[in-house]
Amino acid sequence: MIQIRDLHKYFGPLHVLKGINLEVKKGEVLSVIGSSGSGKSTLLYCINGLETIQKGDIIVNDIHVHAKQTNLNQVRQKMGMVFQQWNSFPHLTAVENVALAPKIVKGKSKAEARKIALSQLEHVGLLDKVDAYPNALSGGQQQRLAIARALAMEPDYMLFDEATSALDPELVGEVLDTMRLLAEEGMTMICVTHEMSFARDVSDRVAFFHDGVMEEIGSPSQIFGAPQSEHTRKFLAKVR
Amino acid sequence: MEPSLSFFSDFNINDFWFLGQAAVRTLWISLLSISLGTVLGIFFGWALYEGKLAATLTLAPLLDVFRSVPLIIQLVLFYNFAPIMGLNLDPFGSGVVILTIYTSALVANVARGGIEAVGKPLRNAARSLGISYWQDLRYIVFPIGGRAVFPAWVGVALGVMKDSALVSVLGYVELLKASQILITRTQEPFLILIVAGAFYFALSYPISRYAANLEKSWAQ
Ligand SMILES: Nc1ncnc2c1ncn2[C@@H]1O[C@H](COP(=O)(O)OP(=O)(O)OP(=O)(O)O)[C@@H](O)[C@H]1O
Ligand SMILES: [Mg+2]
Repeated sequence: MIQIRDLHKYFGPLHVLKGINLEVKKGEVLSVIGSSGSGKSTLLYCINGLETIQKGDIIVNDIHVHAKQTNLNQVRQKMGMVFQQWNSFPHLTAVENVALAPKIVKGKSKAEARKIALSQLEHVGLLDKVDAYPNALSGGQQQRLAIARALAMEPDYMLFDEATSALDPELVGEVLDTMRLLAEEGMTMICVTHEMSFARDVSDRVAFFHDGVMEEIGSPSQIFGAPQSEHTRKFLAKVR
Repeated sequence: MEPSLSFFSDFNINDFWFLGQAAVRTLWISLLSISLGTVLGIFFGWALYEGKLAATLTLAPLLDVFRSVPLIIQLVLFYNFAPIMGLNLDPFGSGVVILTIYTSALVANVARGGIEAVGKPLRNAARSLGISYWQDLRYIVFPIGGRAVFPAWVGVALGVMKDSALVSVLGYVELLKASQILITRTQEPFLILIVAGAFYFALSYPISRYAANLEKSWAQ
């Protein structure tokens, strides 16, 4: 379970997250929507400790992520993260991209790491690209590679930060399909997304962020069908 | 064979051998300085990139000094002042020290550029997998940044090899100094400069070839 309590984040004087309270249970898929600059990415960065927090608490599997004694590298193994930019390691082949972390972080043998990598590449449908370098892959393939790379660490949670926003329209589908597959398999996911159809069809809950505040959270039918906040209504009217 | 009456004598095979040995000395002092300077320079580049206050305030200006003061002045000053500081270095030792620092000052900028070339997003992606700061440097930043700035580094290395000729002012008989000695004796400047030039070329060509091949293999 991920628990976020009264989370405040500042960038210098800029108050970016203004007291977020949120719980994500095992197996849940949460979509986070909201306009640009509302703090969605920052929330994900705080959850896996890539950004510091100024107040509040984030607890993942009963571990306080931002406590001094916490080993962030250990916490992060439990949380895969996929970014808007796919960030493939350009000097490694697809299978090496996926095998790297199991090898150096978990200390798996070369053969073991490769086996894990191959099974995750199959998982995301990239078995025909095992030995390809990232520059020979499309954006959609590289994004699926990034997903496989995260899954190879056998995370309990997956955080997606607009995983499809940088993709050409015709490549969005294959990545969303992969995310759907993970949801069906029971992965716990937090998906920052601009894909309203994904948010509506796949998630258990949808959270709407506005200006650093989580203004509304509820089932997709509630958020999309009967939004409570004025800002949510305006936002949904714009993206529809 | 009667001893030559002339002070001058023709270029002969021994002289060629003499130049060859001098070329080996050029290679040796360059190899040593470039290797040490590169290791040191990568460390400096990392310190500059991390931008800790101390590095920005002390290291950056210091490296600027070594980059901008002509090498020949650094060599002469160091060679003459080192004994005062209790360091008794021969010309070779002094040359290595100064060339190493000089190389490290140049490599520091190259290395910092390499780290910058990798970019924060990619490193965040690595860190998000549980990869530690040092593993990230070792497995992500070094290979990717290294490839990005490798051509610049080769340029530095070849430059330092040529600049190593300046150590001759301290009396170290490397390739250029050897040529001057022979020119004085044989009075055949063109021939000898051509031979010496050929030696320099023979030293640097394999490096550039090897570098080019390496870059090609990285490009897949
Ligand atoms: N590293 C940073 N330094 C300073 N300000 C930042 C930094 N990262 C984000 N911000 C600011 O924090 C605010 C929230 O940014 P964030 O990226 O979380 O928004 P977002 O909801 O993800 O927006 P988008 O939909 O455009 O991705 C913005 O005003 C942004 O300019
Ligand atoms: Mg964002």
